[in-house]
Amino acid sequence: MSDLAQTVSDTGTITWRNITRLRRQPDSIVFGIIQSVMFVLLFAYVFGGAINVPGGGDYTQFLMGGIFVQTVAFTCATTCIAMADDLSRGVFDRFRSLPMSRSAVLAGRTFADLAFATVTTAAMALTGLLVGWRTDAPVLSVLAGFALLALFAYAFLWIGAVIGLSVRSVEVAQTAGLIWLFPLTFLSNAFVPLETMPEWLQPIAAWNPISAVVAAVRELFGNVPPGYVAPDYWPLQHPVLASVLWCLVILAVFVPMGVARYRRAAAR
Amino acid sequence: MSEGCGWVQPMSAIHAEGLVKVFPSRSGEVRALDGVDLDVPAGTVLGLLGPNGAGKTTTVRILTTLLTPDAGTATVHGIDVARDPQAVRRSIGLSGQYAAVDEYLTGRENLLMIGRLYHLGGAAARQRAGELLEEFDLVDAADRPTKTYSGGMRRRLDLAGALVARPPIIFLDEPTTGLDPRSRLALWDVIEGLVRAGTTVLLTTQYLDEADKLADSIAVVDRGRVIARGTSDALKAQMGGERLVVTVDHGQVETGRAVLQGLADGAVEVEEHTRTLVAPVAGGSTALIDAVRAFDEAGVRVLDLGMRRPTLDDVFLQLTGHHAEPTDAADGPEAPATTGARGASR
Ligand SMILES: Nc1ncnc2c1ncn2[C@@H]1O[C@H](COP(=O)(O)OP(=O)(O)OP(=O)(O)O)[C@@H](O)[C@H]1O
Ligand SMILES: [Mg+2]
Repeated sequence: MSDLAQTVSDTGTITWRNITRLRRQPDSIVFGIIQSVMFVLLFAYVFGGAINVPGGGDYTQFLMGGIFVQTVAFTCATTCIAMADDLSRGVFDRFRSLPMSRSAVLAGRTFADLAFATVTTAAMALTGLLVGWRTDAPVLSVLAGFALLALFAYAFLWIGAVIGLSVRSVEVAQTAGLIWLFPLTFLSNAFVPLETMPEWLQPIAAWNPISAVVAAVRELFGNVPPGYVAPDYWPLQHPVLASVLWCLVILAVFVPMGVARYRRAAAR
Repeated sequence: MSEGCGWVQPMSAIHAEGLVKVFPSRSGEVRALDGVDLDVPAGTVLGLLGPNGAGKTTTVRILTTLLTPDAGTATVHGIDVARDPQAVRRSIGLSGQYAAVDEYLTGRENLLMIGRLYHLGGAAARQRAGELLEEFDLVDAADRPTKTYSGGMRRRLDLAGALVARPPIIFLDEPTTGLDPRSRLALWDVIEGLVRAGTTVLLTTQYLDEADKLADSIAVVDRGRVIARGTSDALKAQMGGERLVVTVDHGQVETGRAVLQGLADGAVEVEEHTRTLVAPVAGGSTALIDAVRAFDEAGVRVLDLGMRRPTLDDVFLQLTGHHAEPTDAADGPEAPATTGARGASR
């Protein structure tokens, strides 16, 4: 079997293993769905009246892009914990003693978690529709928005995998996988417009990858108010391009890092 | 040594020279392996015998490509483990010390997954999984998630995992720890069957009788070094045969010791708090009868009397001058090996 065919086959096997594990723990899926539904409801009803959207839009329309991105970003905490868990159970020793592809364990993990992120995204979209989220963008554009979310989720899952391989204990992973996501998602345009932040914070938020992805998703979903002028930062002027580039950069850094960590991880 | 050549096994299935592994630890460093040499001819069984923390698992992990040694070289199936670990992995099966089964997959799914990762092909992997479930007496539980399995069932499934690809060389790290006597005997049968079919096996154990039963040759490991090696007969000859074990009444330990010394083949060992005396003796059951008479004549009240074969602890006492550490290794933390002076005799 060629190397590539072997990698594809092994990735398929590991993805199957991880999805099977997920299916046998339905509570984790249920709680993932409850969490994303809860976020949509809380933000829509608690902040809905308090935040003025530049360009005079409705907050629910503004919110959904941010919520989608935040929730899929948070999925990487799942990856982080699962990775640390596998590592602590010696399952990796078994994998590492098999003549399988070195990257398949990580790829299979991230693909399975991407499937999980897809389920929670669907739950969010439905909840959004119930609370008044609408899109009048062309179907292709909406699909491109979901595709971008998937790419972004996938890139972020690799960050979670690297953290999980680095901390090595499930207890630490539970915190380490999540904690950095709060400043990252809140220091962005996900929930409040960039324009309402202090001057010095604005460039930081603008160059935050989350902001580019949120702006891109809003644009693709047609949730940008008609008169809105994007702030004068390159990633926000060209959000779709910037998001794709950000995702590629993240993958270029974290995929090799993850594979290298994996090789070393069980060799302790 | 030449590269592995197809199905023909090289003369030495496993060969290691001067393996050293040092782990950093809070109090300096732990020298887990301190120059281990091993040679296992193809088609034979090597038993790696040693107490907790001796370095058995570390040796297995190096030979199965999970760890890289700090010094030394090893070839498995004629392939250098450092140079081409992936080729080594194609020729080996491993069952680690702690059963690494996936608790949310069923037993069958676990084996199927391993078969696929060995690239057996779907149908072959399925068939092999079925065979192994049968062989390891897991048919009834085959389609239940393994988190419902008992410890021994998990252990058996993990062992089955090592055999999925019918590899020419198999590593078993304490394969029978945690198995009940029946499962242990069944596993011994499986291992003997493998060897008859030409498989090379390296197994670690803390039980002398297990090494005795299964291994063609034994390497006794202590504190990262091989301190003795040979066939079990050769080692036992070195051990000085059977032990007479006597428990005497209160206040009679000293008298008992003196009586026993008259019959013994070596030093009498005294365990004060249990009032038990142990002595190597020659002559089998005759020694037992002699002992009964001698104690009776000396007026020593004997509460318990029996013979036993030399144990791992005896081996260590003899070889190193110190006892093997307690052997309830199943889950306890490994005792760190101190890199101090070694006990005297060899
Ligand atoms: N990752 C590690 N980090 C630090 N020390 C380690 C590590 N792995 C093993 N050691 C130490 O190396 C020594 C040898 O350990 P090893 O696991 O090889 O022993 P063992 O013979 O398999 O013992 P047991 O019968 O308890 O399984 C021990 O002192 C152990 O504490
Ligand atoms: Mg061990």
